Amino acid sequence: MYDSPSFLHAGDQALVVELGDSIDLKTNRRVHALMRAVEATPVPGVTDVVPSYRSLLVNYDPLIITATELRERVETLEKKLNDRDVKPKRVVRIPILYGGQFGPDLGFVASHAGLHPMEVVDLHSGVDYPVFMIGFSPGFPYLGGMSKRLAAPRLDTPRTETPAGSVGIAESQTGIYPVASPGGWRLIGRTPLRMFHPERVPPSLLAPGDVVRFEPLKSENEYLRLQAEGRHALIAERPS
Amino acid sequence: MTETLRIVAPGLLTTVQDLGRFGYQRFGVPVSGAMDGFALRAANLLVGNEEGAAGLELTVIGPTIAFTTDTRIAVTGADLSPELDGNPIPLWQAVDANAGSRLTFGSARDGLRSWLAAAGGIDVPVVMGSRSTYVRGGIGGLKGRPLIAGDALETLDHAGLSTARRMPQDFTAPSYAGSFELRVVLGPQDSAFTDDAIAALLGSTYSISMDQDRMGCRLEGPALKHKSGPDIVSDGSPLGAIQVPGDGKPIVLLADRGTTGGYTKIATVIGADVGRLAQAMPGDEAAFRAVSVDDAQALLREQRAVLTAIRRGADRAAAAQRIAIRIDGRPVEVLDESGAPVTLPDWPERVDGVTLKSASAASGGTRHEFEVELRERG
Repeated sequence: MYDSPSFLHAGDQALVVELGDSIDLKTNRRVHALMRAVEATPVPGVTDVVPSYRSLLVNYDPLIITATELRERVETLEKKLNDRDVKPKRVVRIPILYGGQFGPDLGFVASHAGLHPMEVVDLHSGVDYPVFMIGFSPGFPYLGGMSKRLAAPRLDTPRTETPAGSVGIAESQTGIYPVASPGGWRLIGRTPLRMFHPERVPPSLLAPGDVVRFEPLKSENEYLRLQAEGRHALIAERPS
Repeated sequence: MTETLRIVAPGLLTTVQDLGRFGYQRFGVPVSGAMDGFALRAANLLVGNEEGAAGLELTVIGPTIAFTTDTRIAVTGADLSPELDGNPIPLWQAVDANAGSRLTFGSARDGLRSWLAAAGGIDVPVVMGSRSTYVRGGIGGLKGRPLIAGDALETLDHAGLSTARRMPQDFTAPSYAGSFELRVVLGPQDSAFTDDAIAALLGSTYSISMDQDRMGCRLEGPALKHKSGPDIVSDGSPLGAIQVPGDGKPIVLLADRGTTGGYTKIATVIGADVGRLAQAMPGDEAAFRAVSVDDAQALLREQRAVLTAIRRGADRAAAAQRIAIRIDGRPVEVLDESGAPVTLPDWPERVDGVTLKSASAASGGTRHEFEVELRERG
């Protein structure tokens, strides 16, 4: 993390506020805290903010605020961030049915790691994952923190259709496909929750800065019951 | 809400667009919206709408549209040869379209994309704060997809709207033929490129490739070399950013761009110019010129001032039409025979040759009678 933010012009209507140049939790939490601060103020003329691993893209209307004013406002907000501001605000528990038809690559990931499939499930559901950012496609979370032992190569030939809710592994990353799409990740399970729905407010179950905890479901019946309930929702709580 | 128009034939790619979907990029939802925001804003103002109303974006081959209610329309952007009931209609101008009439398009004479505004604005459900269609994600517009034959579109009530407006007199409709210049602000990652790469970007021309759509536009030309690799830790993708992957070929990111990306961005096309890429034909050549952020913002203000001029056009024109004369150095009001202020006819084309108007003005107890003569210029 930098000692103080670095400001980069991205054209005449956006400013990149870089807080660091690496993927680490401390920098990332500060990015989300800064986003919340910009929005809570609110800073006039800001049209949209896009948080990512280590920077905040602040889109603005130069007819309302100049780049210099904007920079000063953001600098002041950044300086004021305290320990409480940078703490994650939500833990989102996501039920997953691992293996079987819902996680056809669980066996591959297990044998690649030299583990029993149950050990893969324990390792995968045993840690908290920070949502570093959401991007690539609507609702797609970039999660950090997966056990390195679970790393597995992508499929040689991507699937033409990966069902919505699929939980996969690609190299050292894990993620959830929010909507059905082609993809090459190794699928180890699936959630019955609807991760992304354009007409819901907010549309994405996960927000950048959340913490995700995967909870193994015991049976297909449980999965189907949750799916039938049409649960978008989640069990969210303030982290302890 | 009234059903106002029906799509008889959809054309190549006709979508509902407004100025875009803001506030949801953090969830990975692209902004979308009209590829040339200025042209949509202008079309809206011309028919009396607010700038941000939803209209239709037409691509190369325009649709055939049947009007089912009387409305007022304006077409801006490319010249796709629009005709109303077989008669060519002007671009950048409000036109009345009556129930039963039919709007058709012919060949793409100049540019690729047009925007059609209808009085009231196209009414489709607002999804995440916008009516724009993001086709790839199936979000917004009409059922998240391009329009197809048989689609009926409603417009919002336009009873309270302003009357038709016009472009300012000094506005020249843009021509989109051939080569063009794009002004850029260098960065955010210009320091990741060699000096030669910056010199190549600003000193050569790049041609528009076939590989272009609403997401972005890939350019062909001298490869842009990185100092040490094309990758950065993924961050937000601003509109107009010129990202350069490992092959050195620049891609300008446009309306439907992904919200984040991991390639270095050498420069960013300025807001006043980015809409020009909506009209770029494969093979057209673009030259990049670097400007400062201040200059870019001044250019954007200039462009927005045109919109303000359209909005205020009616008032300003009315004020300008008052005839001001002085008698013995004092301004006096010029009145016609009924005692009303003499004004020029609403619009110059309504001047038919020479118009004479009897007028009078009073000054210091003396009443002066005279005639005002209006002549068509040229």
